[in-house]
Amino acid sequence: MIQPAVQLRDIVKRFGSFVAVHPTSLEIPEGAFVTLLGPSGCGKTTTLRMIAGLLDPSEGEIAIKGRRVNEVPIHKRNLGLVFQNYALFPHRTVAENVAFGLRYRGVAREDIRRRVAEALALVQLPDLGHRYPRELSGGQQQRVALARAIVIEPDVLLLDEPLSALDANLREDMRVELKRIQHRLGITTVFVTHDQGEALAMSDRIVVMSAGRVEQAGPPEEVYNTPATEFVARFLGASNILGARVAAAGDGEVVLDADHFGRITLPPERARGVGPGARAKLVIRAEKLGLSPPGAPPGDGISIDGRIETVDYQGQVARYFVRVGDTQLQAINMIDEHPFSEGDAVAIRLRPRDCAALAGDAT
Amino acid sequence: MSGWALIRIWTVVVYLFMFLPVAVVVLLSFNASQFGAFPMTGLSLRWFGELWANEAILRAFRVSFLLGALTAAISTTLGVLAALALVRYDFRGKNLVSTVLIAPILVPEVVLAVALLLFLRFLQMPKSFALLLLGHVIFTLPFVVLVVQARLVGIRRDVEEAALSLGASPRQTFFAVTLPLLAPAIFAGMLFAFTISFDDITGTLFWKPGGVETVPTQIFAMLRNSISPEINALGTVMIVLTVGLPLLGAAIARRLGARTR
Repeated sequence: MIQPAVQLRDIVKRFGSFVAVHPTSLEIPEGAFVTLLGPSGCGKTTTLRMIAGLLDPSEGEIAIKGRRVNEVPIHKRNLGLVFQNYALFPHRTVAENVAFGLRYRGVAREDIRRRVAEALALVQLPDLGHRYPRELSGGQQQRVALARAIVIEPDVLLLDEPLSALDANLREDMRVELKRIQHRLGITTVFVTHDQGEALAMSDRIVVMSAGRVEQAGPPEEVYNTPATEFVARFLGASNILGARVAAAGDGEVVLDADHFGRITLPPERARGVGPGARAKLVIRAEKLGLSPPGAPPGDGISIDGRIETVDYQGQVARYFVRVGDTQLQAINMIDEHPFSEGDAVAIRLRPRDCAALAGDAT
Repeated sequence: MSGWALIRIWTVVVYLFMFLPVAVVVLLSFNASQFGAFPMTGLSLRWFGELWANEAILRAFRVSFLLGALTAAISTTLGVLAALALVRYDFRGKNLVSTVLIAPILVPEVVLAVALLLFLRFLQMPKSFALLLLGHVIFTLPFVVLVVQARLVGIRRDVEEAALSLGASPRQTFFAVTLPLLAPAIFAGMLFAFTISFDDITGTLFWKPGGVETVPTQIFAMLRNSISPEINALGTVMIVLTVGLPLLGAAIARRLGARTR
């Protein structure tokens, strides 16, 4: 088996009596882009800082490339660290910033110059070496910070919400850019963010955290399509969660009787841990509910009637809040010509295979 | 007449009251007459020449410069270390330590002077230059601590963490990152310490050993005998030094600071 680049074994972090990270184990494969995703206070940054060596774990073991690093101070761990607020050295030029790590590694002067130039070219800032950080825009500063972190050829690149301080358009450009550079260098990367869009777009693997615990870890599609917990379902994207009773389970399918939608048949991998006779939660992504005018020819799914209560117009798409009996459902639809209006009667369509079920009763 | 005009006039009057005496001293130091009073009989640098020839005054200057420089050096070193501890570390009794460090500004100087003197008597230590220096360090330290602390709070911790992650040891990080960013504040604190020490008289009168005079105590001594125009000249020199140095320092600090913001 290939050795993971980073391995966390039952690490725990306590601050006084507060437990910031409950026992957590995690393996990050060599060359992977792994995202720690969760709301603020979920322990993702604390976990990153423990890997970095900026915090000591209260319990457990951290290994980088198979070597236990609990007792290794940060400056001997050979990590690249990029912060939300860039953290460039304001009194040094861009080139000096990038050269900083190489100088403490005893790299020869001409090699430093060459590698700094290469790193700046990689982040597409080849001509700004002589400038001071304050003369650069936020996006440029973050590129310099990235160049500074990767020029030392770290074993692991740690990114602590590196895009959060940038404005929206720039953030998307940098997202693509960061992924391109990571891919090109093949560097193991741990990325911390609270932004699900960033996580889904960039990661090979997403680790969703909440309240100091890992809720689910897996590839983006898996985490998105088959959330393991209600928290994951609600945190990634907009989901509808309905109560359901399990009518039958086994034989390669799980049959549910769901509120409003009636009988729904799911493949077992979309209904893990759901047993017959028990209650279940049916998770339906808001964009999987298709709205159409009432009376339109039915498709291959289930169709029920509802009435639009609120329209949240977003340009390409609209988010609708639709009343069905005692429940309000969310539906996100592409806008074909013009959106539905408040009060419109609509048919709500659902293909059963777009749903997932979780054990337990809906609240 | 509007309220604003009244306020303007009042402001001018207050400033005149504060600075006119100083202006008079400076003006009279250039008076040719040997009586330091108006009307002036002519312009002359005579009294500055006499000053230059006065061995006692030159000695006092040397003492003051040495005392000021040593005070600045010691206060700045201690103050920077104290500020680092107070801002970057958590320890028990932090608030108490912080208050005690700042207290010398709050306690009237006379009280502080007498207290230190009584303490020395209690310890049966004779007055000496070293103890005078100690006294000056005590009441210049708060200024250095406050100035450096304010700047240190503005230096974000993640800049230091970035240096650490790049392979600089904590000590290398301090010298490569923290200290350069702190430089303007350290410089300002040093100047504060020097000028405060340089024109202090209350504490100095209590603490100085016999036969040692600083410039302020020398002026004080001279005033007891006569009001010689020499004193006006000496006053002018003091004003230039204690006003000019901080102004110069502020200008340098601004240039240093502009580069590191």
